[in-house]
Formats: sequence, C-alpha cells, structure tokens
Amino acid sequence: MTTPTAPSVPSGPATSAQRWLAQTRFETATILGHGEQLLVALVLPVLALVGMALTDVPDLGPGRRIDVATAGVLALAVVSTAFTGQAIATGFDRRQGVLRFLGVGPLGREGLIAGKLGAVGLVILVQLVVLGGVAAVLGWRPEPAGVLPALVTVGLGAAAFLALAMLLAGTVRAEGVLALANLVWVLLLGLGILLPTDRLPDGVAGLARVLPSGALGDGMRLALVEGGWPLAQWLVLAGWTLAAGLGAARWFRWSD
Amino acid sequence: MSAVEVARLSRVVGGVRAVDDSTWSAGSGEVTAVLGPNGAGKTTTMECLEGLQRPTSGTARVLGTDPWRASAEHRARVGVMLQDGGLPVTTTARRLLHHVARLHSGPADVSALMERLELDRVADRPVRRLSGGERQRVALAAALVGRPEVAFLDEPTAGLDPHARLEVWDLLRETAVDAAVVVTTHSFEEAERIADHVVIMNAGRVVAEGSLAEVCEGRPLEERYFALTVGTRG
Repeated sequence: MTTPTAPSVPSGPATSAQRWLAQTRFETATILGHGEQLLVALVLPVLALVGMALTDVPDLGPGRRIDVATAGVLALAVVSTAFTGQAIATGFDRRQGVLRFLGVGPLGREGLIAGKLGAVGLVILVQLVVLGGVAAVLGWRPEPAGVLPALVTVGLGAAAFLALAMLLAGTVRAEGVLALANLVWVLLLGLGILLPTDRLPDGVAGLARVLPSGALGDGMRLALVEGGWPLAQWLVLAGWTLAAGLGAARWFRWSD
Repeated sequence: MSAVEVARLSRVVGGVRAVDDSTWSAGSGEVTAVLGPNGAGKTTTMECLEGLQRPTSGTARVLGTDPWRASAEHRARVGVMLQDGGLPVTTTARRLLHHVARLHSGPADVSALMERLELDRVADRPVRRLSGGERQRVALAAALVGRPEVAFLDEPTAGLDPHARLEVWDLLRETAVDAAVVVTTHSFEEAERIADHVVIMNAGRVVAEGSLAEVCEGRPLEERYFALTVGTRG
C-alpha cells in the first residue's frame, strides 16, 4: 500500500495569490451553496423589490418609485451579505474551530480575511447583477452619472458592514451572533436602508443618518436616483469601517 | 536539533498554570506520544507548538522556528489536527480536502488519502452529517494532506472503531518515516503500538520522557502511568 502523505519532496505553501484565490473560491461556493444565505442575500431582497414596486407603501418620497426602491434594495443586499451572512458564518466557524484550523495552516489569518473580502465582493457582484436585472424588468432606469459613485458606495458600505460583522462574530457567542445579526438586519431595514432617512421622524432621522445603514441607503439613492456624489455618506461609512475594524483587530477572539 | 523542542515552557491561562516548566522534544522519523490525565497540559502544549497560544515563559520551537506568528512557509510544513476538529460543517469532505490541498505547493494525492482512510464512501456528504469517527478521519486527512514535516495530532483515534484505528496507526507509522509525528492520547495500547518516544505529563509538568522502554522500565506502560500520575486518578 502506498503512503499518500510521504514527503519525498518537501511541500511548501502555494503562493499568496493562489491561497487567497482558493479561499475566495471556497467561501464564495459556501455562501452560494447555502440555502439560508441565499434566502437573505437574494430571495428576500427580490421580494422587497417586487413588493415595493407593485404597491405604494411605504411612502418613499420624491423620485420615481422603482428607482428609489431599487437603490434601497441594492443597499439591503450589501448588508445581507457583508454583515448578516458573514457575521453568522464567521461566528459558527469560530465556534467550530475552523478559524483556528485554517489560521495555523498556510492560509493563515491574513488569508482568511483576504478570502472573506474576495467572497463578499463576488457575491455582492452576483447580487447587483441579479437584482439589477429584476429591477430593470420592473422599469428601473438608474442615473448614468451615478453608477460610479454608487459602486464606490457599495464598496465602502461592504467594508463598513464586514468590519461590523467581524466585530460581532469575534466577540459574541455563536448563538448570540445569530440572534443579533438577524435582529440588526430587520432594524436597519427601517433605519435608512429601504426607507430614505428623510421619511423618518425627526429624532430618528438624525440618528439614522450617522448609522452605516442610513449612510449606505441614502448614498445609493443620491447616486442612482440623482446622479450625485454622496461624500458625506462616504465619510460616515469610512468612519464606521475604521472604528469597527480597529475594534475587531483589538477584540476579535479566534477561539470561542 | 530535534524537529520539536519544548524548553522550560510555561503557559498561564486565567491564573492557572496549565503548563509548568515543561521540557521535552520529538524527533523526525519518530512517533511521539504525549500522555496525561485531562487537564495535564497536553492540548495547551500542542497549541503553543501550533502557534495558537503564546508561551508565558520558556520556548517552543518547531523545525527551528518559533511557531507564534510564524510565516506561511513554516505553517505549510506543519500539519495540525485540533481536538475539536476545526472542520467547516456545511462543506463536504472531498471539497474541504481539495481546498486544503490547494493551499500547498506539493500536496498529497487527495483521492489516495481518502481511499486510505476509507472516506471515499462518505466524501460527498456534508461534514455535519458524518459520524464522529468519520469526522475524525477527515480532520486527520486535513492535517496530513500538505505532506507535513511535523504533524501535531490531538487524540487522532478518539472515537474510531477498531478497524479504523488500526488503519490510522499504520498511516501514522508510515508518515513518521519522513516526519515527526506528535500525538496526544489516552490510550496505552496506542502509545505501546505506535510510539517510539513517550512523554507523560501531569499537572502541567513532564513526569517522564524517553523511549517507550525507558519510560516503562520493564513494566507495563499503564502501571508506570498510574504510578507517575498518582493523586489524579478519578
């Protein structure tokens, strides 16, 4: 019988690029093959889009309804993947020792993070294409000048919510992460993601504008509906990325 | 220099001295069995050697390198099987092992490894649907797929049926031809059948180290073990 593991020629790590791409591929396939994640990433946003397009509640304010609704739904998709999906997956990976196992191998902690960034980016790309396609069928016509700032907003929003997901997943027990990530997802729907912050009551609107949800939702609407550059919202998102990223770097525990 | 060197290692966790001034080594071409009661410091020592924990004092060296924050080059030369498995449960064994293989430049033949560990029959089931013994074999395969020069295996045969245990013992002996294999175990039979070198820990300290014959001093390992770890039985 042969020995499959005999190190006749010493083994080494694959190159950094190969490791990071492999992890991106692995994580992306895990997300897209996971029914619950697909529900949150695609099915619920599609339902929200169709629901808002075919009714006139809630009041979304000025602008073509389908354009305003689509901008909000694209923001929701970002939150679903970068925050809810990643927080829950990472929380359970931490509980099951997956982070420790992959962290001590050639992938390492930096590879785990690179893989998450890559996978979140790819899945969001898939979401933008699918949701954009559904919205186009429903009559969505984005402002061409706003496409570039919208993509920047998506990138900054994904970074902020991924950093928040890592902070939550690395500091709270897996069951707690599951409960909190879902609760936050629901709460944020009404705090600037689907509903423009200027539709909210005065006290709440001020709060929502400095939350990453309000900044992401308003940023997407300003870009895609009006063709504007949402500089103030980018500043808010960058601030949350920095704060949550520093918090995660400081408090993230690799073991449960 | 030995492939694995633990020198005056101490590790304090939450005010408790989990490992206390511990010194031992493990050589290439050998299986080293680390025995000791629960809480003796075996897993903590292994985690210091794997780079998961940082020693409070003393040193841990693997292939001449400090494992704490070691490079990818070093990590690729070391295979690790954690006590809690560390397997993603939603993926299949086949997908996971091919993924881990892709992280190495010259991995083992995944199909041959799965066949050797009798995993091909269950390779396309999600890990969460595997039995404890099957998961254990997946974790072992994941530790060996990078053809490591040093393998740290925390209780590799716990929960395995007798047939699987024999197969794993054969595989570990063969792996140890070119590598240092360090296993923790509670099984005297396992240590007696596969170990060249034995380390017995008790309350964080090394109470015996040497070849199996040296540690046993002509008596059964079980008898020596209980004599050396007296006061902790039960």
